[in-house]
Amino acid sequence: MKKLFAVLLALIAVAFAGAQAKELRVLLANHPYGDLLKAAIPEFEQASGIKVDVEQYQESQLSTKLATEFASGSSTVDVFMTRPLQEAKMFYKNGWYAPLVTYDFSDFPKSALSVVTFGSRTYVVPIVTEWEVLYYRIDLLKKAGVAVPKTLAELEAAAAKLDSAGVAGIASRGSAAAAVTQMSSYLYNYGGAYLDKGRAVFDSKPAVEAIRYYGRLLGTYGPTGVTAMSWDGIMPLFQAGKIAMWTDASVFYGQIVDPTKSQVPAQDVGVADFPAGPAGNTPFISVSWGMAISKKSPKQDLARQFLAWATSADMAKRGLAAQITMARDSPWLDKTVLAKVNPSLVATRAFAAKNGVPYDRPYMSAVGEARDRIGEVIIESIDTKGESAGLEKKAADMVAKVDELLEDTGELGVQ
Amino acid sequence: MIKTGFVERNLKILFPLPAVLFVAVMMAFPVAYTLVLSFTNWNLTSGAPPAFVGLRSYARVFAEPRFLAAAGRTFLFTALAVACEALLGIAVALVLDREFVGKGMLKLLLLLPLVATPVAVGIVFSLFYDPTIGLADWALSLVGLPKGAWVSGAATVLPSLVLVDVWQWTPMVSLIVLAGLAGLSPEPYESARVDGANEAQILWRITLPMVMPTILTALVLRTIDALKTFDIIFAMTGGGPGYASETLNILGFKYSFEYFRMGQSSVILVVLFLVVMASSMGIMRLRAGTPA
Repeated sequence: MKKLFAVLLALIAVAFAGAQAKELRVLLANHPYGDLLKAAIPEFEQASGIKVDVEQYQESQLSTKLATEFASGSSTVDVFMTRPLQEAKMFYKNGWYAPLVTYDFSDFPKSALSVVTFGSRTYVVPIVTEWEVLYYRIDLLKKAGVAVPKTLAELEAAAAKLDSAGVAGIASRGSAAAAVTQMSSYLYNYGGAYLDKGRAVFDSKPAVEAIRYYGRLLGTYGPTGVTAMSWDGIMPLFQAGKIAMWTDASVFYGQIVDPTKSQVPAQDVGVADFPAGPAGNTPFISVSWGMAISKKSPKQDLARQFLAWATSADMAKRGLAAQITMARDSPWLDKTVLAKVNPSLVATRAFAAKNGVPYDRPYMSAVGEARDRIGEVIIESIDTKGESAGLEKKAADMVAKVDELLEDTGELGVQ
Repeated sequence: MIKTGFVERNLKILFPLPAVLFVAVMMAFPVAYTLVLSFTNWNLTSGAPPAFVGLRSYARVFAEPRFLAAAGRTFLFTALAVACEALLGIAVALVLDREFVGKGMLKLLLLLPLVATPVAVGIVFSLFYDPTIGLADWALSLVGLPKGAWVSGAATVLPSLVLVDVWQWTPMVSLIVLAGLAGLSPEPYESARVDGANEAQILWRITLPMVMPTILTALVLRTIDALKTFDIIFAMTGGGPGYASETLNILGFKYSFEYFRMGQSSVILVVLFLVVMASSMGIMRLRAGTPA
């Protein structure tokens, strides 16, 4: 009887261990690529015999969920989507990422890897890149006799001409923290930056000029209530035909032209390079999403197997075919895939990859708070249509605040 | 036998034990833990383990202009919301205290805002206030008024949020006051009428003083809730535009889950806890002073 009991126990233990070993907990974002992956996971499960438990969250909820679970030390997450520029420094410092020592990174642009490599090791596989583009209404520009703007001066003139009672001349993110990322290309094209050599520098003359320009543009020709708008506030207005031009990330093209959501026909929506500024044209091109393995995961081998599949060249091709701007180089060289993508979008990628800057925000651990601080300056500029007499002082005050954050996290003066 | 004896001997301890344990684990522990954290510099963005820093986190939070502004906004929001809800709530209760056709249906309709999920209410009102496609501006234009900025304007965001709170919670005040009115004894009214008192005198001298303890109870509940309001503000504005609708609760959330400054966010939450406790105790004391 005792023997039988022992055998039964052993069998249960083996079955339990087997079931546990063949199961992964994966956290994805509510992002077009998260959706694509979720739909494809049954294929992976069938091929590998590994059961994948998927949870999907909105981006800021995902950050909160991961940070809370990891900080409490009780996390059971194995693989997760992560935003490198928003959280990689913090996650790396806290030891939450497992180093990806055996992964083949040869198919990725160097600039994409530079933000997820610490020391000699890379911790995140870049999935999606985004760059800033100009979306415009071909029909409205034609009707007004306006050429597609190539410079920021032309952009302002076009916005003035296109602005009317029913249609805003231009839109871009105006809500404080959200505006920081899309303001970055304006900032770079004026010759400014958020950080330089580990110090905040957005109070420099060119930076303040860029912030004034952004405030004047949106305050004068932007939609009503623009200071409360991120991309999700602008998108429905553009789709309803109430915006003539819009500068934002390339990743939204698929949604903009989705006939089930938009009242504007796809043939009336154009996409062009971000306009050049007084200092040239270096728009941001950044890794918006990547995938990583939790360092605490006891199933590193299975996790690596899943990561290899989820970030494979094949999946990247499927992503690009679905208009998702993937980080890998190979899909952008595949003619059969490119046939399904808008050639103008492909051209903007080529331009940004050649000339762009790999950051769309200050790259630091305390980036959340830094974005709010920079946002204060942007809001002041929009509210005053770029005329604020105290903008220089406000920018200098916020530079001091961001430097304080850098000091708190031991990053002041560290490049 | 021995076991039964033990239970019988310790009934006084054993019976309330589950309730005591529940309060200790679910209520006292989180508050105490937050208090302990508020004396540390725990900051996830630094990657360093938390260290005890005494009152330094308090000093840093109190020196932050955003904190003082958020505290002021919390009081302003609460004062505006609770005052409007009290006035409207009492007025509606007085109307409902009379007999008229359709009273049952009206009471049922009053319950609807109460059962709605705050986040859903927030989303619906966001559409209502939308400056381009919203109904609110359309309604203003019908009567020839200019468009309002509503939640997208720094000056108008707080009153617009108060309006949502008033829409949702006035019925609760009405229902509580109505219950109080139903329990009033008819004798004082009869004697007042015999003495020749008019309706206004009866309202001011008899009804309101007699129902005051119930009104104050409703005010305590609403004040506690309004001070802690989070869901409606978070769903509608996230504290914006800029920081124009950032209350203490929203600031505490941002410090915890966007800035990952756990020590300093605990300071904000300790302060909010003390403010809520002090406000409710103040109103309770007021209630104790009124004749039952």
